[in-house]
Amino acid sequence: MITTDTKSITAVWVQAASCGGCTMSALGAEPGGLVEALERAGIELLWHPSLSEDGGAAVLDLLEDCRNGVRAFDVLCVEGAVLQGPNGSGRFHILAGSGRPMARWVADLARQARFVVAAGSCAPYGSIPSPGGPTEATGLQFCGEDVGGVLGEGWRSRGGMPVINVAGCAPHPGWLIETLMALAQGLLGPQDLDDFGRPRFWANHLAHHGCARNEYYEFKASAAEHSQLGCLMENLGCMATQAAGDCNLRVWNGSGGSCTNAGYACVNCTSPGFEEPGSPFLETAKFAGIPVGLPVDMPKAWFVALSALSKSATPDRVRKNARQNRVVIPPRRRPRP
Amino acid sequence: MTRLVMGPFSRVEGDLEVRLDVEDGQVAAAFVTAPLYRGFEQILRGRPPMDALVIAPRVCGICSVAQSAAAARALGAAMGLQPPLNGRFAADLIQSCENAVDHLTHFTLFFMPDFARPAYAGRPWHDEAVQRFAAMKGQSGRAATAARARMLHVVGILAGKWPHSLALQPGGTTKSIDMGERMRLLAVLAEFRAFLEHQIFADRLERVAALASAEALHGWAAEQPPQAGDFRLFLHIAEDLRLDQWGRGPQRFLSHGGPLGGAGMWRQGVVEPLDLSALREDVSHAWMTGAAVHPDHGLTLPDADKPDAYSWCKAPRLGGETAEVGALARQLIAGHPLVRDLVALSDGRGNVRDRVIARILELALLVPAMEGWVRGIGIDGPYCLNGVMPDNAYGVGLVEAARGSLGHWLSVEDGRIANYQIVSPTTWNFSPRDGQGNPGPLEQALVGVPVVEGDDMPLMVQHIVRSFDPCLNCTVH
Repeated sequence: MITTDTKSITAVWVQAASCGGCTMSALGAEPGGLVEALERAGIELLWHPSLSEDGGAAVLDLLEDCRNGVRAFDVLCVEGAVLQGPNGSGRFHILAGSGRPMARWVADLARQARFVVAAGSCAPYGSIPSPGGPTEATGLQFCGEDVGGVLGEGWRSRGGMPVINVAGCAPHPGWLIETLMALAQGLLGPQDLDDFGRPRFWANHLAHHGCARNEYYEFKASAAEHSQLGCLMENLGCMATQAAGDCNLRVWNGSGGSCTNAGYACVNCTSPGFEEPGSPFLETAKFAGIPVGLPVDMPKAWFVALSALSKSATPDRVRKNARQNRVVIPPRRRPRP
Repeated sequence: MTRLVMGPFSRVEGDLEVRLDVEDGQVAAAFVTAPLYRGFEQILRGRPPMDALVIAPRVCGICSVAQSAAAARALGAAMGLQPPLNGRFAADLIQSCENAVDHLTHFTLFFMPDFARPAYAGRPWHDEAVQRFAAMKGQSGRAATAARARMLHVVGILAGKWPHSLALQPGGTTKSIDMGERMRLLAVLAEFRAFLEHQIFADRLERVAALASAEALHGWAAEQPPQAGDFRLFLHIAEDLRLDQWGRGPQRFLSHGGPLGGAGMWRQGVVEPLDLSALREDVSHAWMTGAAVHPDHGLTLPDADKPDAYSWCKAPRLGGETAEVGALARQLIAGHPLVRDLVALSDGRGNVRDRVIARILELALLVPAMEGWVRGIGIDGPYCLNGVMPDNAYGVGLVEAARGSLGHWLSVEDGRIANYQIVSPTTWNFSPRDGQGNPGPLEQALVGVPVVEGDDMPLMVQHIVRSFDPCLNCTVH
């Protein structure tokens, strides 16, 4: 077995108001699955709700010792939004057997951890249970796009870091494992996170980078309906040109997996507020026929001008294939001299 | 009488608390609490209908595809859309892949590690159980985790990622595959088959799938030593611990039906047609306001201060009765002869052993079926049809998730979701009492279990709880 030279660090994983999908995604880390990936990363799990042997008093004692500082631990991983309702009581989620709201467990444990990792989009930003929704859901250090959350803007962990947001619904297992691995190696600092607390090693990319539909994008040859080959941006709501993530550079669940490769829009699930796009998912919001959500760092007029130009230059092959569910016109070969 | 509060449970999906009233050393009454409320049905209300494809799967990261499929079907019904053949094959493959990996995950990572606990030291099979299934360390658990990750490549190819894909649409699926992708699907399935035949069964899948009676299963188990395959080891342990005697459910089973078999309600040895018009979600002991109504009229409004309530889970009842859902119910109603025989020998009820057998049997049934669907996908032809959502519409999406029957009830008014109600498998199995005081299936199954004083997490209670493969995430949508 390959292990790092670094002394292993310990982690406690808790599930707040989650769907369990962050754990399920991480469990599929390849090669070999989550447990072996954590071993290679130098992470010792003190408790994980889906994987550990013990439950009941044994776990409550451990969590109690951790939150009181009796038992030192390095990383707190939180999955799921923190529910503060109803009326600030936190009673929408009482940790089983404990009688205490999960919101209090999370806050107490965070104060003792050297580092706090918020997995998914719920633990960082509140996200799916919807900040402003019925449960007073929030993230650990953000509520939607607003910094604050459970721990507050100025909060830093004992290791000097804000909450590390391994965002994504669900996050790529690699994002999580490599973040934990970098923490174990002492290599991740505050400068390695972006404005939304996301590790830059994946958040400095766009989901668009490496999209297999690049030729269709270049020529603005767009799919009109699902299962067609064309670019998904103009009609089908794809936000990959604005979404943080190296989704199409590292693939998902084996060779070639990604949202755009599978024929549906990137919904920008790594960003706070993705759950409330303000218009229907899977449809491109337009104003005067032009998509509203253009790449943010490009002048709109240039985008429109270049689009018009590339549309006028679109090869027949690309235009026709864009509206089919398989290649009907293959690329032509240069004739032999 | 003493009261025992059990929780948190490890190796169940989501957060679960079980309260036991113990009298004369055994459980006199059990109360199952789902201690989390997330409010999906409120979040969905008022949104554009297609948003359900994004939001509803996020009810559950374990049966995400099943939630997707139910949403897509409810929307498709509202739009009058039926997926074309390729889209149906692809959707069945995606969902069956999820069901298969869920069954494998449950068996190797959630259920079996309990037999590696120190409490069973000294049993003839304990050393083997430790070596294979000890939590996070066992070799079978690790091999299964690796095989699970590889099997999920099926979803990677057909649906982009797992969990939380948007590939399942009302009119079919978004991904057309080419010859190479089709061959890769066959290769992934071949690898998973090889894993199952080596690690789980030590035999061909077809031989296991063809076992037609309890006697045949017993004979198959005796063919080789107990350590020949994880399933055989389980059967050996189950016999030693008499797991067929514990965790008896109600004499009623329900299945929405799927590619492996039809829908129905099993009552006293007879399969009846499934009539969900008599379905009611009782909220008398849930922290919810309102009356027992059909999901068409369900509200899901929380009331954390409600007296006599003890769970965020509603209590679904069909014609006023509880029903057990899951692989056992599915194969029983589909008519698999082994499962029919097992249930008949168990007084028409489920038990800990038989629930596990049904899941493992489904692994042996699913993979050959999936191989056939990959071969059935046409090189030409559509995967997805398009339609228009009427401003006012109604649709129901019924599917079978790994752990049982899942239904979505959708009403659209003025182009927006007017109501969206979800009844998930564990809502059936782990429901609280209803207005008549009838306990839910798990609450009933725990009565009579011996509890030793001072034991805060009795193992047989844990076996029974996990035998249902609970998913509290779904339950507490």
